Amino acid sequence: MSGVRVLVGTHKGAFILTSDGKRTNWDISGPLFAGWEIYHINGSPADPQRLYASQSNGWSGQVIQRSNDGGQTWEVVGNKFAYEGVPGTHIWYDGTQHPWDFLRVWQLQPSLTDPETVYAGVEDAGLFRSTDGGQNWQELPGLRAAKGHLWQPGAGGMCLHTILFDPTNPLRIFVAISSAGAFRTDDGGETWRPINQGLLSPGELPDKTAEVGHCVHNLATHPSRPGVLFMQKHWDVMRSDNAGDSWHEVSGNLPSDFGFPIAVHAHEPNTVYVIPIKSDSEHYPPDGKLRVYRSRSGGDEWEALTKGLPQKDCYVNVLRSALAVDSLDSCGLYFGTTGGQVYASIDSGDSWTPIVRDLPKVLSVEVQTLP
Amino acid sequence: MIRVILPQHLRTLAQIGQEVELSVEGAQTIHSVLDTLILEYPMLRGTIVDQVNGQRRPYMRFFACGEDLSLEPLDSLLPEAVTAGTQPFRIVGAMAGG
Repeated sequence: MSGVRVLVGTHKGAFILTSDGKRTNWDISGPLFAGWEIYHINGSPADPQRLYASQSNGWSGQVIQRSNDGGQTWEVVGNKFAYEGVPGTHIWYDGTQHPWDFLRVWQLQPSLTDPETVYAGVEDAGLFRSTDGGQNWQELPGLRAAKGHLWQPGAGGMCLHTILFDPTNPLRIFVAISSAGAFRTDDGGETWRPINQGLLSPGELPDKTAEVGHCVHNLATHPSRPGVLFMQKHWDVMRSDNAGDSWHEVSGNLPSDFGFPIAVHAHEPNTVYVIPIKSDSEHYPPDGKLRVYRSRSGGDEWEALTKGLPQKDCYVNVLRSALAVDSLDSCGLYFGTTGGQVYASIDSGDSWTPIVRDLPKVLSVEVQTLP
Repeated sequence: MIRVILPQHLRTLAQIGQEVELSVEGAQTIHSVLDTLILEYPMLRGTIVDQVNGQRRPYMRFFACGEDLSLEPLDSLLPEAVTAGTQPFRIVGAMAGG
């Protein structure tokens, strides 16, 4: 019988939530890597038993863990992330140039076809690749050549947090970087270009249409239509119909167009989900009501999904990597909050149930649909 | 044998108890102790000394015999009580939080 495995990274360890295809009874295991920050834990689409986890803390830096048995056992693999050549500099908070300095891995994205190949998005923003299951990491320095000297960290750091593959074109990859923007390669990672035309950041940038500098929070696409991208920006929900060459706003009737994650339904390429947050200084839902918003029209027209979610006195946040979609026939959605709840919907978002309520602050949620 | 005490988060990572004993070849320095530790427990690589710049991580400290050795060069010889095994070499995570 098919099932799902939800991979939850938290501020103090990882948790694995499993269920059969009904998704009503859940087994919760963890904490794994207790006490460590797990920014991301993710599975290989090519081999669901192969998992990777980004484990870090302020004392000891970065550790990468790998599992070959769906998370039952783990082994430490390589954690040396050295920028290629002379790392160069980017703009610092005081306007001076500052050397690139590795801090942590925000995102681990295994290849669609090879479980040994995995990409790591890191802070200070850069993209690394391993082709030996995480033992050795090589930077793809062409990304930082895309005007990297003009990138500047925001208050949350300068992190590469989103990596999207095009299943129809293995040479095309999209990434997003906080306070730098979105970027695309069409040659397998050798060269990159900013894809930020149409983004407007009047409150954050002196030139609101700058080529780089926009604070992109998350990107999503549907595998059947990889040229259509959806973006949750710092403010604004955006859409591109030409693989990022240009963007237009689809925030429509959202109560706030600030937020972090964005996701696309597994079977409906035009159905998109966001979780509005009040503002950049008030990181909690508007009016204390935790609402997922769904558009079935590819943006602009949004409906609030509230059944099963707290509709008063709720002041949690949902971080950029903490919303995921399974691919069972009745599409499931999962998100985790900074209050430690993980909510699930097994009906495309119509209704929600907490799987677990009292985990540490949730940093990331991924889901694997198991055969 | 040199006794090494690790902080809790590295005990979790290496799946060991509070203290390990190491047989260190050659000069008994901070550097040689750390090298031997990594050989015995390779999952600790890069967690005490940064692999890229070779520097002690800022919030990792080295204590022995009531002294803070953190600012000593890594090739400093260890105190005799540590090399004799009567005192441990302590690798400490700096206090954090409030």
